Amino acid sequence: MTARCSRSLQCLSIFARSTKSKVAPHRTYSSAAPANARLNLPVDFSSTPILHQSSKSILANPELPESVRKNSKTTRTNLFQAVNSALRHALSTDDRVLLFGEDVAFGGVFRCSMNLSTDFGSERVFNTPLCEQAIVGFAIGCAAEGMKPVAEIQFADYVYPAFDQLVNEAAKMRYRAGGTGMDCGGMVVRMPTGSVGHGALYHSQSPESLFTHIPGLRVIIPRSPSQAKGLLLAAIASPDPVIFMEPKVLYRAAVEQVPNDPYTLPLDKADILKTGQDITVISYGTPLYHCSNAIEAAEKDFGVSCELIDLRTIYPWDRKTVLESVSKTGRAIVVHESMVNAGVGAEVAATIQEGAFLRLEAPVQRVCGWSTHMGMAYEKFNIPDVVRIYDSIRKVAHY
Amino acid sequence: MSARLSGTLNCVRRSTAVRSTSSTTALRSNSQTWRRWQSISQRPGSDRVHFPGAVNSRFTTSLNFQGTSADSAMPTYRILDQDGIVVDRNRAPLDVTDDQALRWYKDMLTVSIMDNIMFEAQRQGRLSFYMVSAGEEGIAVGSAAALLPDDVIFAQYRETGVFQTRGFTLDDFMSQLFANKHDSGRARNMPVHYGSRKLNIHTISSPLATQIPQAAGAAYALKMQDAGNPDRPLDKRRVVACYFGEGAASEGDFHGALNIAATRSCPVIFICRNNGYAISTSTLEQYRGDGIASRGIGYGIDTIRVDGNDIFAVREATARAREMALRDGGKPVLIEAMSYRVSHHSTSDDSYAYRAKVEVEDWKRRDNPITRLRKWMENKGVWDEAKEQEARSRIRKEVLGAFAKAEKEKRPPLRAMFEDVYAEMTEEAEGQVQQLKDVLKRYPNEYDLGDYDGGLDGLEKKPR
Repeated sequence: MTARCSRSLQCLSIFARSTKSKVAPHRTYSSAAPANARLNLPVDFSSTPILHQSSKSILANPELPESVRKNSKTTRTNLFQAVNSALRHALSTDDRVLLFGEDVAFGGVFRCSMNLSTDFGSERVFNTPLCEQAIVGFAIGCAAEGMKPVAEIQFADYVYPAFDQLVNEAAKMRYRAGGTGMDCGGMVVRMPTGSVGHGALYHSQSPESLFTHIPGLRVIIPRSPSQAKGLLLAAIASPDPVIFMEPKVLYRAAVEQVPNDPYTLPLDKADILKTGQDITVISYGTPLYHCSNAIEAAEKDFGVSCELIDLRTIYPWDRKTVLESVSKTGRAIVVHESMVNAGVGAEVAATIQEGAFLRLEAPVQRVCGWSTHMGMAYEKFNIPDVVRIYDSIRKVAHY
Repeated sequence: MSARLSGTLNCVRRSTAVRSTSSTTALRSNSQTWRRWQSISQRPGSDRVHFPGAVNSRFTTSLNFQGTSADSAMPTYRILDQDGIVVDRNRAPLDVTDDQALRWYKDMLTVSIMDNIMFEAQRQGRLSFYMVSAGEEGIAVGSAAALLPDDVIFAQYRETGVFQTRGFTLDDFMSQLFANKHDSGRARNMPVHYGSRKLNIHTISSPLATQIPQAAGAAYALKMQDAGNPDRPLDKRRVVACYFGEGAASEGDFHGALNIAATRSCPVIFICRNNGYAISTSTLEQYRGDGIASRGIGYGIDTIRVDGNDIFAVREATARAREMALRDGGKPVLIEAMSYRVSHHSTSDDSYAYRAKVEVEDWKRRDNPITRLRKWMENKGVWDEAKEQEARSRIRKEVLGAFAKAEKEKRPPLRAMFEDVYAEMTEEAEGQVQQLKDVLKRYPNEYDLGDYDGGLDGLEKKPR
C-alpha cells in the first residue's frame, strides 16, 4: 500500500512538472479548482466571516445568555466536536437523555458520540440493530414515556424507512392524543445531511423539504459549530419532536471559537449574518459559505449591497425576518442544495411573493440543486456553487 | 401528571446516585458482548467454530435445510375446553375468584353489546365508522386483567376490551365515537381510536404496526426509570403490553420492534391477535411459517401460543409473561393468541365477499370466548339464564343512555383544529386561524358552526 502510494505520488509530481510527459496521469477522485478560477475557489474556513474566528467575536453574539458572554471561555471546535459537546452536556445534566442509533457506541461514524458510551454507560448511549424504522419508533416510545431520546440516523439518505414513524406518528402524536396530554416532544432525530464531495446518490441528500411539509416536526439545520451546539441543546430541550440535520461536509471543515459553557439558541429565529440594502440572500447550512463568497465578489463587481440570512430553523420558519429584509431590499434569492422542485425555496419564494409583493423589484430567484439525483461525478455541477449564486445576484441586480 | 413528573425527577436524581450500579450492569453486558467476540478461533478438535454471528453452532456433514411442517406447529395453550371445563384435571386450582370471573364476563359482555349497538348506529349513519371485537373479547379482557394499572399499553384498534377492563367508561367510549367536546382526543381521530393517559393506554393510530417499536422504546424508558427507583419492588415494576393483529405482523415495524426489544432487553409483552384474516387476506396469503409465534424464537424471544377464546389461558399466559418480562433485567415475551374474527373487518367491509357465511356461523355458535366463560360460570353455579337476561338488558340500557347523551353534545371549539400540532401554536397557525375566521364570517350560510362549542368564537384563544 505504501509502495503504491508513493509511486502514484511520484508520478503525480512528474505530471505536475511536465504536462507533456509520456506517463499517463493519475486522476484523483476530486479535483482542485481550475487554475484560472476566480469565483469557484474552495472555501477558506480559516478566514470566512461565517465562522467566529476569535473568541471576542463569538462572545459578542447577543443571542448568547449574559453569563456565557461575560464568563465563558471558548475553544476552537469543529462541528462534530460541538455536537459531541452538546450531547455530553445534555447527558450529564438530565438522566432522561438517551443517545442511540447505528454505531453510536464506539463514537459514531462521524465521531459525534466519541467517549459518550464510556462516560455515561451502555444503558444510555448504545447501538441499535440496523433498522431505521425501529430506531425512530423506539425513540417515539421512549419520549412518550418521559425520556429525552436523541436518535441518530446514520445518513439523512437513510431516513426514508423511518418516514412513516416520523410523519404519521412523531408529528401527529400530540395532536391525536389531544387532551390526554401524551406526546413525544422529548425526541430529537439527528442525521448527517448534504453533499460531501463524493457521496453520490446515497450519502449526499438534503431531504429537509420532505419534513417541512409535516406540521408537528421542527426542522433545524445549523451552519457552524457554535450554532450546532446551541441549536442542538435547544432541540433537546424543546417540547416538540425535532429533526436535526447536520451538514456533514462541515463536521471537520468548519472550525470556530465555541463557548465552553452550555447555551441554547432560539428554534424559531432566522439569523442575519450580514446586513445589506439591495438584495436579500436567504440560505441555510453549507451553501451559506458559498453565498458569502459570492456576495463578496458581487459587491465588488456590481457595486450592490447584499443582506445574507441564515434560516437556521427550516420549519416552522421565521417569515417575519425574511419579509422585513425583502421589504427593505426589494430583491430576494433563495439558495439551497436540495432540488429546486418543491424545495424549501418554493415555500420561501411564495411567502415573499405574498408578503412583499409591492416591494419586489425582480422575480425571486432560486439557486438550488437541479431536479436530478446526485450522480457521483457531477456533484460540482449540481450544488449551488459560488458562480451560480454570483450570477443570480448579477441577474437580480440588473433586472 | 405532577406525580409522574416528580417521579421522573426522583428517578433522575437517584439514578445519578446509583450510576456505579448501572455501570456495573453495563460492564456485565459488555463482557457478554466480548465473550462473543474473543473466542472466534476454533479450538483444536472442536466440533464447532465460534463464528461471531452464531457462537455455538455445531458443524454437520449432512446437507440438511431446516424446514417447517404442519405437524410440528407450536402447540396452543388452553385451560378450558369449549364446554367451559378445565381440561387438565391434575393442574393446580385456578386462581380465579367468582367475583373476578363475573367482572371479566361483564366486561366482555359490555364490549359485545356496545359493538352491536354501535355497528347498527353506523348503519343508520349516526356514526362515521366502527370496528367490533366479536370473537376477540377474551384476548383483550383476559390479557388486560393480568396487567397492573401502571403498565403501559399500546393497542392496534380491536382491543376495546382492554379499555373496558382498565376503566374507560361508557361516556369515554361514546364521547370518542361521536367526536364531541368531551372526547379526550379532541374530536380529531376516527371512531375507535381511543386513548387515555390516566389509564396508561397510548392513543390508537391507524397506521398498522407503528406502535410495536414504540412499545419497545416505552418499555426501555420504564426499565430505566424503575431501575433508578430502588423503592419500587420488583413485582411492581412496570412492563409494556403491545397488541397487534397477525396482518400487522407482516409490516417492517414488527420485525424492527422484536429485534430491538430483544437486543435492548426491553420488558415488553407483544400480544398478537391471530384471528385468521387481515380484512380479506387470509393467513395463507399473509405468511407461510408457523404463524407469528414461530418468529419470536428467531428473535431470541420467549414465546407462547394460547387459545384466545379461553380467557383464563390468555390471562395466565399474560401474567406469566409479565413476570418473565421483568426477570433478569428485562426481556420481551411474545404471546400469539389464536381466535377467529367473527365480525366484518369494519363497518366499511362486507366479509361475505371473501368468506363463507357458514364458516362464520360455525365459529359464532361453536366457540366463542363469552359463551365459554359463561359455561364455566354456569357449571360453577354462579351464573344462570335469569342473571344473563338481567345483565344484558342493564348493559344495553347503560350503553343506550351514554349513546343518547354523547350524541347530543357539541363538538370541541373550532380552535382545537389548530392546537396541539406543536406545544405552542405557531405564528403561521395563528395567521391561518384568522384566515379561516375571515372566510367563515363572510360566508355565514355556507358552514354550519352550530355543532361547534362557541361557534365562531370557538376560534378565539381562550386561557386553557
